[in-house]
Amino acid sequence: MALVLTEEQTMLRDMAKDFFTEQVPVTNLRKLRDDEDELGYDKAVWAQIVELGFAGILIPEEHGGTGFGPMGLGIVMTEAGRTLAASPLYSTAVLGAGLILAAGSEAQKTELLPKIASGDLLTALALEETTHHNPANVAMTAEKSGDGFKLTGEKRFVIDGHIADTLIVVARTDGAAGEAQGLSMFLVDAKAKGVTVTRTHMVDSRNAAMVALDGVEVSADAALGSIGGAFAELENVLDLGRACLAAEMLGGAEAVFDTTLEYLKERKQFGVIIGTFQALKHRAAEMFCEVEICRSVVLEALSALEERRNDVPRVTSLAKARLGEAARLITNEGVQMHGGIGMTDDVDMGLYLKRARVQAQMLGDSNFHRARYADLGGY
Amino acid sequence: MTALDTFREETRSWLEANCPESMRTPMPEREMPWGGRNATYANPDTKVWMDNMASRGWTAPEWPAEYGGGGLSKEENKVLQQELARIKARPALTSFGLWMLGPALLEFASEEQKKKYLSEIVKGEIRWCQGYSEPGAGSDLAGLQTKCEDKGDHYLVNGQKVWTSYADKCDMIFCLVRTDTTVKHDGISFLLIDMDTDGVEARPIKLISGASPFCETFLTDVKVPKENLVGELNKGWTIAKRLLEHERSMISGMGMGAGAASMGGMETVAKENFGTDGEKIADSSIRQAIADHKMDQQAFGLTLKRSSEEAKSGQGMGAASAMFKYYGTEVNKRRFELLLDVLGTQALGWEGEGFESKELAVTRSWLRSKGNSIEGGTSEVQLNVIAKRVLGLPDA
Ligand SMILES: Cc1cc2nc3c(=O)[nH]c(=O)nc-3n(C[C@H](O)[C@H](O)[C@H](O)COP(=O)(O)OP(=O)(O)OC[C@H]3O[C@@H](n4cnc5c(N)ncnc54)[C@H](O)[C@@H]3O)c2cc1C
Repeated sequence: MALVLTEEQTMLRDMAKDFFTEQVPVTNLRKLRDDEDELGYDKAVWAQIVELGFAGILIPEEHGGTGFGPMGLGIVMTEAGRTLAASPLYSTAVLGAGLILAAGSEAQKTELLPKIASGDLLTALALEETTHHNPANVAMTAEKSGDGFKLTGEKRFVIDGHIADTLIVVARTDGAAGEAQGLSMFLVDAKAKGVTVTRTHMVDSRNAAMVALDGVEVSADAALGSIGGAFAELENVLDLGRACLAAEMLGGAEAVFDTTLEYLKERKQFGVIIGTFQALKHRAAEMFCEVEICRSVVLEALSALEERRNDVPRVTSLAKARLGEAARLITNEGVQMHGGIGMTDDVDMGLYLKRARVQAQMLGDSNFHRARYADLGGY
Repeated sequence: MTALDTFREETRSWLEANCPESMRTPMPEREMPWGGRNATYANPDTKVWMDNMASRGWTAPEWPAEYGGGGLSKEENKVLQQELARIKARPALTSFGLWMLGPALLEFASEEQKKKYLSEIVKGEIRWCQGYSEPGAGSDLAGLQTKCEDKGDHYLVNGQKVWTSYADKCDMIFCLVRTDTTVKHDGISFLLIDMDTDGVEARPIKLISGASPFCETFLTDVKVPKENLVGELNKGWTIAKRLLEHERSMISGMGMGAGAASMGGMETVAKENFGTDGEKIADSSIRQAIADHKMDQQAFGLTLKRSSEEAKSGQGMGAASAMFKYYGTEVNKRRFELLLDVLGTQALGWEGEGFESKELAVTRSWLRSKGNSIEGGTSEVQLNVIAKRVLGLPDA
């Protein structure tokens, strides 16, 4: 019964829900923003996340993790999304752990995974180079240099780039931008010579950076996965990332919907509660349907990953495309149905709205995933 | 081998022996197995297949065996449905009795009523129609006025029903009647009326699709035996609502419906009509629209699946039938609009030369699909139900 949670997963969800609502409410993000916090995340919160085992949720017990798998990870992401919790979960626990697990050598796994699980290592995936997600569109070069490689090029929209200890850099050992063949991944120390990381301030007040590599030398054993054939390994983990983003977006959409529904029951105009107006009722009912549909596609994507099914790409594209559209609708309606107060920074609607657009761009927007869904369907 | 595996094997070989070859081909509209006293069979195999399935109660697999049903568990029924799908078997019986009335009778009828009516439904002996809507009572169904008076040894019914699907072909009608004029919802009763009774007259109405599946039904001094009342007097509204839930889940299943499948898949047709660019449909807006639609359909299917899994594990999506009715019928309507775009002129024929029969069928089905968001409670009414019952938004 893949679309309902098991008892164990339900317990995990309740635990995560309690934690994020009590320890990391939206005020936490506000504070980071208003304090112009240099890190952009709260170290104390991250320590608690690690303590709860969430940082190592994907990592098997033998490497120091809790081994809950993609479904468990997605459940936690949904709860984090509900309160807009800012933390390195996505960059490190999802993508970092995911990539090392999928492509890493035994030595890399043994060395790095326990550090991720213990919260001592933060990673960031340096992939994008253009305005829109396109994993094959990598021009950054990795030339042979002695026993190792020399990396040159520029990356953008590197989530958590300025706090990462290790950058996972996708570069080209062969071929031309746009080709899937010839891509390789490298583990690059963020402090290595020739690495310039510039934090970008994003609309959602969350972390991202530009990363420039100017002839950065790495050794042969810095390669993560096969030389020239990284695309397949990468795509797999990107699908995990997409499903987890969809899960996180679901949490945000649910929060906006719940808050808006409460407002419809409390705000009075024309002497009545605005929730009595049918023009609003019907739109609320449509949002309800949309949220239910979103729950289904997110659970399906996570269970496909959990079961390693071969329709993973198709259902993760379904989930990411759907959540992109649904989160846009629901956050827009959230602002609209709050009226003037919805436009103020005092209520949280705007924070969710802004976050939803960033999430939508991450690892492919709805257009990207609709096209991919069609490609996979053979039309 | 588990008991379920044994069941599957037995089922498979029984179906092999008992499902006529022609019942494993796509079903034309005129061969729909509605059953009933006056049923005619364009294809005699239809009757053989219906009787074979009914002999095992498998036309109503999960109804209790004592009422003629199959007495199967949910798991066994799932196996049966899989095996039926495997050989592409047509439904053995399509009927309002199975989909709507039966489940309501199981819950609300007396023992004698269940014994009589349920087994007739299972065997396809009686064809039922639904007498809910009236000229003045559509969305506001509880405003119905068809009068029913207690005349001591019988009830006397006077009034008019409308949009009664297949009334002219049916044997019996389950009817909502007014038994108390001083109150609204609490003055409604649920009555079963034989269409052969004096004073019952059904006049077909022509639809935009050209077909006349539904009727005006006039009830003039119709005498109805007292044992035909289901449940208590003036308590019919509860039954009516429950039956509507069954109706809504039945209609929402159309969101997953055929139509496109009969055309060999709309992406295939789109490739023929618009050409290709590699594997892709050359017209990118059509390609996108198809992808959007397929995502809608897959997402909706997953939500139906999740709902049934949740029901099994004792959780519930709550008032789900209203959501599924709304969403499923809207998806279905969009599918036909998209098919029209994909087929171009070939979806615009009415009859005769120049069009394949499957193309003409799309045209008619497109027109018919407009009714999906009206019948069984309109889309607007479903949204009202969700807003009120699920979201708790107050009435004005
Ligand atoms: C193909 C088909 C088959 C049918 N078969 C049967 C059958 O077998 N038996 C039977 O009894 N009935 C049948 N019906 C009737 C169907 O149930 C009614 O048509 C339906 O309930 C709507 O009622 P109405 O036609 O009176 O429309 P109205 O209620 O007059 O509605 C007109 C418009 O007003 C809107 N509206 C009404 N009230 C509200 C409200 N409160 N809020 C917002 N909008 C509102 C409606 O959504 C609709 O858009 C069938 C209908 C169709 C189309």
